[in-house]
Amino acid sequence: MRKVAVVGVGETKFSGPQERTSVELFAEAATDALAESNLKPEDIQALFLGNVLGDFSEGQGSMQAFAAENIGCFNVPANRYEGACASASMAVRDAWMWVASGFYDVVLTGGVERAATMGTPLATRTFAMFSDSRYEFPSGITFPAVFAMLAHLYSARYGVPLPRLKEQMAAVSVQSYKHGMFNPQAHLRKEVNMEAVLSSFMVSTPIQLHDCCPFSDGAAALVLATEEVARKLTSKPVFVVGTGQASNGPLANQQEYLPRLRARELSAKQAYDMAGLKPEDIDICELHDCFSIASLIAAESLGFFDYGTSGEAWVKGEADIGGRVAINPSGGLKSKGHPIGATGAGQVYEIARQLRGEVEPERQVEGAKIGLTDTLGGDGCTLVNMILQRGW
Amino acid sequence: MEYKLTFKEYSEALKQKKLLGLKCKGCGTITVPPKMVCRRCASPELEVLELKGTGSIQTFTTCNVASEGREGEVPYIILLVELDEGPWLMGNLIGVDPEKATMEALMGKRVKMTETRIFPGDKYSAGEGASPTFVLET
Repeated sequence: MRKVAVVGVGETKFSGPQERTSVELFAEAATDALAESNLKPEDIQALFLGNVLGDFSEGQGSMQAFAAENIGCFNVPANRYEGACASASMAVRDAWMWVASGFYDVVLTGGVERAATMGTPLATRTFAMFSDSRYEFPSGITFPAVFAMLAHLYSARYGVPLPRLKEQMAAVSVQSYKHGMFNPQAHLRKEVNMEAVLSSFMVSTPIQLHDCCPFSDGAAALVLATEEVARKLTSKPVFVVGTGQASNGPLANQQEYLPRLRARELSAKQAYDMAGLKPEDIDICELHDCFSIASLIAAESLGFFDYGTSGEAWVKGEADIGGRVAINPSGGLKSKGHPIGATGAGQVYEIARQLRGEVEPERQVEGAKIGLTDTLGGDGCTLVNMILQRGW
Repeated sequence: MEYKLTFKEYSEALKQKKLLGLKCKGCGTITVPPKMVCRRCASPELEVLELKGTGSIQTFTTCNVASEGREGEVPYIILLVELDEGPWLMGNLIGVDPEKATMEALMGKRVKMTETRIFPGDKYSAGEGASPTFVLET
């Protein structure tokens, strides 16, 4: 396998409902990524695009082909990826694989979504399509309900009393909002304290509104290239040194493994093994905090904290900048936002810029060399992890 | 290869308050809801059997925000039950005030199946779906 680098990145602001089309949003991010890479559209050999709900949000299928032509990548092979909220990470990983394998030298990847434009009722309905439609949706399952059940299970399994767990979950949201305040790309930029989290609307017990990420619109794009090409294009290539991906069936079938998600542990192990790295080597992690409890579950399975203890880690600042590992300095899905087809590419965008030392000083992780992304699709149906490392 | 227990057959039985599952002829594991192969050893050598429909609550939530078209159902309780035969199953709990559904009241409690709630379907669902529905054992 050849070494593959991220040579350029681009991202729109993540936001609530807005009027640019998906193709327009992706074009904005993609042209920024191309400009940063010192490349032209004709240099791109293929497009790998995450897009989940274009069919529902705009009545637009086959988004990849329209997105490619729109930016002047005429007639390139273009693939669309659907792995629920992990779609963009699936796209990025496949893009990496095609370059690593030797088939392509320079490709464009990323994702786009207009989840906010759909409005909460339709977005809730379509997000529920990532649960088992035959055997679990009849119960009225929703995404908050999935993680709400995992929260109760987490409390019982690890003996963390629910009131204490609720405070720990609130600490996750407060930290994410704090960093998002300084991220101009973030969807929700406001200071939110623990009291506000704990008094917010109860969505699905015990998950409250401020435990949930928003539905967002937005796009992110990355140019990936071989090491040889990357060295010519940039003095700061960010290498993809490890990747992993795994799948899983319906939530209930994970049984006693819950609240851990087995696919994440398999995926993370693949990524760590490929990179020859361990959790303690990671300086910065963008993980899938679709709900506050999801952060606790993820951080433990990624190997940062022992099972049942990550809530205390957040409370003590061990998951913050300056702590054991800086988690979600972008503001995460909670504050930065969650345009599901773009989210994973947005995580890579953040890590690349962090490693290059280019983010706002209030949220820059000084000296970061190695970063990890973690993207969860559905209730564990798709998990993707990627490890990125400074190449200079 | 023949599919031993289809969604349609499983759902029709559930509507009659009968919970059907599959028993692996190789390792004995019970699979429910149905699949092509055993959920543990991937063997297709399965036989259909009726399960007792009893078990214990592993986790739950009271859902206050529903999907489009199902707003009238809230609040409702969703739960994961560990059936006495082994598998976990998602369903609904009725007969308990959703506002009083606490961990103390529900976690680990025994439940049994009752009249099945039917989701009548919407434009995306290819027809109706049956939700295993439980009440607390008294």
